Amino acid sequence: MSTSFREITINGLWKNNPGLVQLLGLCPLLGTSNSTVNALGLGIATALVLICSNAAVSLIRNTVTNAVRLPVFVMIIAALTTCIELLMQAFTYELFQILGIFIPLITTNCIILGRAEAFAAKNSMLSASYDGLMMGIGFGLVLVAIGATRELLGTGMLFTNMHLLFGSIAEHWQIVVFENYKGFLLAILPPGAFLVLGLLIALKNWIDQLYAERIANTVTVSAPVVSRRVRVTGVVE
Amino acid sequence: MTLPRITSPHAKGANRTQRVMLLVIAATVPGILTLSYFFGIGPLLNIVLACAFALLFEAAILALRKRPVGFFLKDGSVLVTGLLLALALPPYSPWWLIAVATGFAVVFGKQLFGGLGQNPFNPAMLGYVVVLVSFPVDMTAWPAAHSVDAIAGLQHVFFGQAFPDAWSQATVLDALKINSSLTIEELWNSSSAFGVFAGYSSEWVNLAFLLGGLFLLHKKLFSWHAPLGMLAALFIMSLLFWNGNGSDSQGSPLFHLLSGATMLGAFFIVTDPVSSATSVQGRLIFGIGVGVLIYIIRAWGGYPDGVAFAVLLMNLCAPTIDYFTRPRTYGHKAAKRGFKAGE
Repeated sequence: MSTSFREITINGLWKNNPGLVQLLGLCPLLGTSNSTVNALGLGIATALVLICSNAAVSLIRNTVTNAVRLPVFVMIIAALTTCIELLMQAFTYELFQILGIFIPLITTNCIILGRAEAFAAKNSMLSASYDGLMMGIGFGLVLVAIGATRELLGTGMLFTNMHLLFGSIAEHWQIVVFENYKGFLLAILPPGAFLVLGLLIALKNWIDQLYAERIANTVTVSAPVVSRRVRVTGVVE
Repeated sequence: MTLPRITSPHAKGANRTQRVMLLVIAATVPGILTLSYFFGIGPLLNIVLACAFALLFEAAILALRKRPVGFFLKDGSVLVTGLLLALALPPYSPWWLIAVATGFAVVFGKQLFGGLGQNPFNPAMLGYVVVLVSFPVDMTAWPAAHSVDAIAGLQHVFFGQAFPDAWSQATVLDALKINSSLTIEELWNSSSAFGVFAGYSSEWVNLAFLLGGLFLLHKKLFSWHAPLGMLAALFIMSLLFWNGNGSDSQGSPLFHLLSGATMLGAFFIVTDPVSSATSVQGRLIFGIGVGVLIYIIRAWGGYPDGVAFAVLLMNLCAPTIDYFTRPRTYGHKAAKRGFKAGE
């Protein structure tokens, strides 16, 4: 069973997006998305773990028996998470402290175990790591979108504290979008994460619906009439 | 001979949505008059802005949802939401604050759940809590009674010009909460915000809302269970935990009944037919829960008043309350609570 790279890309970024469709890994998605830098930091960390774990799981998929596969996967993921944790401690210590418990929690992120089980355990190493990359980017994009929206609504600024991730060149990346903004605290607080995520999911479904309608409109010319059942339950007008 | 095919109900009840909403609006008139006596045109500005924004948001979201706009605007429910929100907000609230509050109330609190009758939370209280959590500074800036003149008020509402410090004043609930050294008598003498039992303005405003509420009760718009449950619970809680008039006092029972949003909550919020419990017994439990929570939040919580939080928390419990207080249907045995195994 092999899936084409194109399909993997579409699945990871849009059709089967871990954040918007599978709704996996909601805990870090909602917990760390209160600013762009936090979101980007955790997104990159998660993506790195995801790529490496998918590759590793794919390599050992024919030698590990079914009975012990889950503990083995979890141990691989935990080891990789520890690596990332140490790397972040070394290079982005402040960000590591801000993200706190969410870094070790990458181990329990459902996306990673989910991709290991659903994809990497059945596919070659190359497509498995590509799937990890695409899923990671898909998750990271949603995370950053939510983070940027919440930061913008909550503080009126964008890209605050980016130097925590990119070093001193990013000191002045901060953009003040709204001058004299009072700050909308709800967006920074946990309810804001739920609201923004809900609206993003709605937006995605709406775009899908529009797209499906456009496809349907171009096809219906030749489509045969399938059913003419009378609707008896009434239509609310 | 052909029989006319008319489906039930054949006898239309008098209490249709529109009439109910009009009565509720009428019942707030004493409260509005009292508020305007103390705060000038502030409450009226709140009401005009909130109702306009509420109608605007409702029309916009109905159009987006492809529902008949005129039909739903006419039932008046959104006006009541706007009105109650306006009465809860501090007089002379800035226009953007009212816009955010009504926007959340109507769009997120009501329409996203499916519109009138589908909302699990009281929309007005949801909008109030959103702005209370988000803009604490603006939400705690109650003007002192008889202080703001109309022109300064208009400038504050529309152009954000700050009031002089002397015009704003801590509400009595706030003053009691942050008080650490004064006895009740000293506290009462320290500020013009205090009246006989509670706040100088709040006791009269609460009495006016009580009057409006009794009018609605007389019109049988709701039963006595929820309001009485809430007021009785608040009274008993404040009596039980009333620790005298020292500096650590939590306030007397009368103080709690006549300050903050007690009466507005008891007769206009807790009685919401959509988001509160429906069975008779359930409504009593709902009211008691709100009353107890209000006292807990006022006495030991982080906010001076807790009506909105208490109502939202009990809204969450309403389905469970209804589940455990199913009334007995006439001619049947008492309903079994819970599911039987194998059902």
